[in-house]
Amino acid sequence: MLKEISVLIQKELRLEWRQKYALNGILLYVVSAVFITYLSVGAKSGNLSINSWNALYWIIILFSAVNAVAKSFIQEHQGRQLYYYMIASPEAIILSKMIYNTGLTLVLALLGYAVFSVILGNPVQDQGLFLLNLILGSIGFSASLTMVSGIASKAGNNATLMAILSFPVIIPILLMAIRISKNALDGLDWSVSTDKLLALAAINAIVAVTGYILFPYLWRS
Amino acid sequence: MRQSWWKIIAIALLLYTLAAGLLMDAPRLPILNETIRALHFHVTMWFGMILMLVAAVYYSIKYLRTNDILCDDLAIEFTNAAILFGVLGITTGMLWAKFTWGDYWSGDPKQNASAIGLLMYFAYLILRNSLTDTQQRARIGAIYNIFAFAAFIPLIFVLPRLTDSLHPGNGGNPGFNAYDLDSNLRMIFYPAIIGWTLLGTWIATLRVRARRIERTLEDRFLNS
Repeated sequence: MLKEISVLIQKELRLEWRQKYALNGILLYVVSAVFITYLSVGAKSGNLSINSWNALYWIIILFSAVNAVAKSFIQEHQGRQLYYYMIASPEAIILSKMIYNTGLTLVLALLGYAVFSVILGNPVQDQGLFLLNLILGSIGFSASLTMVSGIASKAGNNATLMAILSFPVIIPILLMAIRISKNALDGLDWSVSTDKLLALAAINAIVAVTGYILFPYLWRS
Repeated sequence: MRQSWWKIIAIALLLYTLAAGLLMDAPRLPILNETIRALHFHVTMWFGMILMLVAAVYYSIKYLRTNDILCDDLAIEFTNAAILFGVLGITTGMLWAKFTWGDYWSGDPKQNASAIGLLMYFAYLILRNSLTDTQQRARIGAIYNIFAFAAFIPLIFVLPRLTDSLHPGNGGNPGFNAYDLDSNLRMIFYPAIIGWTLLGTWIATLRVRARRIERTLEDRFLNS
């Protein structure tokens, strides 16, 4: 099982590396989105209130993640999916995709953070908490989005469907992440955020486990 | 399912809820005053909705295990009835909020969470309509139904408790235990939950039967 997953993750990485345009496209998406926000709010570095910084950052990460993860099943042709179906177990496939997408979302989030810091200022006071929150948020985003993209791919790869199916499911994760991130921005003590971190981890676990249990049924159809 | 005793119970309980809920003495609490009667007509909607969503999840799981299309009928119709209750719950809640909090929408965490929950289930309906093959629609619908419920639970039970809500019983507002002084309310509240849930089940089963008749007619038409 572990070997299967690691092979599948390597496959994802290699595919991504071969089709660099997809990866570069989504990276450029993040940078342009941040730049558009910067121009739209008309704020110079440091002028933006902490609440707006936080909200804008997470909305951009949300949209980038939806776009990045949406292609995880759509990208692959029917024939190739049939091939995976024969050689790999569905559990290994969903886990490898979730792990890979966590990495991808984390890269996007870090890139977004870097660009935000450069042009909109970096008001984060507690870097450790902020980064831990990014990791947890990426896991949650990727767990729910991977499953939803699997569902949307069965329903004709409709982009609207991907958005409407994923947004309500992802909102609990997004809200928790935004709240923890606000604490990190304000530099509050970790003890204030502990229960929220636990809640976020628990929501991630629920979503990931449900996806893991349900995916074999989806894969078979 | 065609037995009538539980329908009679539903009607009796709801008549009792209407009469007693509107006429019996209610405790006088500051701000709430007479609007405390919304307990029997608003709060019960959410209980009914959640119970019916649980039924929908149960039949979704059963569908995935057996591939029996009848289970899918039950799953979709229980979800439909739950959505009806959810819409009623949010409307009654908004009316109540107008009189107690001063606004139809005050951004209360529970209000927001229930609105998001409804979005989730509207998305479920759209997902189903986007699929044409009956078996595939049933399967993918069941998968999303279970998945959405798993996300719905933390949304309504965990998140609102982490922030202060304006709802009675949260953030220092007088709660259910404060009504407890007057056990009259409980005597109406619990029967009301059962009554509304039975009514929802009744609506769902009626629509399931309509679906089955439709399917039989279609088959007969195709075979003739």
